[in-house]
Amino acid sequence: MLILAIDTSAVASAALVSDDALEGVVAGFSTEDTRSHAEVLAPGIEQMLAEAGVSGADIDALVVGVGPGPFTGLRSGIATARTLAFVWGKPLYGLMSLDAVALEVAESTAAAPEFLVVTDARRKEVYWARYSLPEGQLPVLEDGPHVSFAADLPDLPAYGAGAGLYADALKADAEFAAEQPDALYLGQFALARLAAGDELLDSTPLYLRESDAQVPGPRKRAL
Amino acid sequence: MNRAQPLVLGIESSCDETGVGIVRGTTLLTNTVSSSMDDHVRFGGVIPEIASRAHLDAFVPTLEQALSEAGVTLDEVDALAVTSGPGLAGALMVGVCAAKALAVATGKPLYAINHLVAHVGVGLLDGKEGQAPELPGNLGALLVSGGHTEILKINSITDDVQLLGSTIDDAAGEAYDKVARILGLGYPGGPAIDKMARTGNPKAIRFPRGLSQPKYMGTAEEPGPHRYDWSFSGLKTAVARCVEQFEARGQEVPVADIAAAFQEAVVDIISSKAVLACRENGIEDVLLGGGVAANSRLRELTGQRCASAGIRLHVPPLDLCTDNGAMVAALGAQLVMAGVAPSGIGFAPDSSMPVTAVSLPA
Ligand SMILES: [Zn+2]
Repeated sequence: MLILAIDTSAVASAALVSDDALEGVVAGFSTEDTRSHAEVLAPGIEQMLAEAGVSGADIDALVVGVGPGPFTGLRSGIATARTLAFVWGKPLYGLMSLDAVALEVAESTAAAPEFLVVTDARRKEVYWARYSLPEGQLPVLEDGPHVSFAADLPDLPAYGAGAGLYADALKADAEFAAEQPDALYLGQFALARLAAGDELLDSTPLYLRESDAQVPGPRKRAL
Repeated sequence: MNRAQPLVLGIESSCDETGVGIVRGTTLLTNTVSSSMDDHVRFGGVIPEIASRAHLDAFVPTLEQALSEAGVTLDEVDALAVTSGPGLAGALMVGVCAAKALAVATGKPLYAINHLVAHVGVGLLDGKEGQAPELPGNLGALLVSGGHTEILKINSITDDVQLLGSTIDDAAGEAYDKVARILGLGYPGGPAIDKMARTGNPKAIRFPRGLSQPKYMGTAEEPGPHRYDWSFSGLKTAVARCVEQFEARGQEVPVADIAAAFQEAVVDIISSKAVLACRENGIEDVLLGGGVAANSRLRELTGQRCASAGIRLHVPPLDLCTDNGAMVAALGAQLVMAGVAPSGIGFAPDSSMPVTAVSLPA
């Protein structure tokens, strides 16, 4: 099974992953930048497909990170994934973006049996989720995702760029202090969960915050 | 690619309408629009984040519907076009990302198109097969909507458009929305005020005409800094003051008269400056575009003033005046027919894209 995974919840990234053990990760790219998704994502995907010699017909499914993440960036990945899936006529699954970091943690030597994944939510807040890591298994989402102040999070080892940003308030793991969700791990997580017969999400974005709009109150009368 | 009669799919998402239109050359095949207007009613104006969320969910269904209405497949399409600006940044982003994904998935060339010039492009759609209308030589365009108020001179629709004047603060439609809220008339303000104004006396109150003083206007020989520009924020403040004065005196607010007088002020200054700009720039035909083109008094007064100045006023069908994908496709087709190179997929949306950029270069 060949999956095209896309995540724009923080940086923009895309990857081609396959459950063929010989191939594993076919190709991937990611940017450092968290604000230019609209420019870089489509050219990045086009180049990645061309270099891997893969066309839409070869892809079995798409997976997109549904956040949480800053809204405009998050939507660029979802709009891209939905459109590609529509044109190619392939199934599209959603995966919580923080899962990507959780899997990366699980595969590292830095893993703890219970931990947080934390990313930057701007406005002095973080997006976070709590995971447990049963011996030899995939990370299990126990709580979240939420958006909160770093100071209000559970007292557990914290991984991800949001932890690095608020290292004074969190038990930030130094190795993961700049880590962002990456489509490569998202795609691998999706493959593993599909293989296990798990249901994945659909592509509905996890905004976690309402739009800032305020319903205007009644106008004050001049009396 | 068919350059004589290209099949072009256009995408629009600069404000609160998700539009997908398909044209063949100058023939309109479909104009499919999904609007999030109802979601904005309780806020009394377009909320960018709400519009952006709605675009994301509306895009694929709108695309699917447009293809089925036009009876064409993506394979048959010769080129894609998308509004890359001006407009709301977050809203533009959705249409641009979707359009780029369409280009990646289909391998079709993509044109990044100026929304304002696209409003003029609809003037080239004839709705009849086999006829290719041409835009008149000395063409102007008066665009009035909730997002913009501009007068343009179109020397060539594919590569030479000039901005003669524009609002320096609120768009006219925005002023309608704000005043409708002050008067408790609901959203959108344009139709509500237009309707209420019919029962009021436009001469009952005299509201200011923004940027009409000599220091802004100058003369034809020595134009002032805002000869063809508009300003509506002072007018909105004047209406608010007027309402407050009636309330402070304990009198009933004459809503119909205020609506009529406000509308008269807007329409008077828009049409007089537009006609002045046309006369002084050799414009003989002017196209009206934007959602406020639906306003009965604007059409009436602009029509009268154009007629007395010997200028022909063209008003496209209303569903083509409001924001839509067909106008984007129509301009895209013009670019293909003129041999303009596509924009590629590396461009960024530009919320303040100038009209001098009809389409973005690769
Ligand atoms: Zn418009």
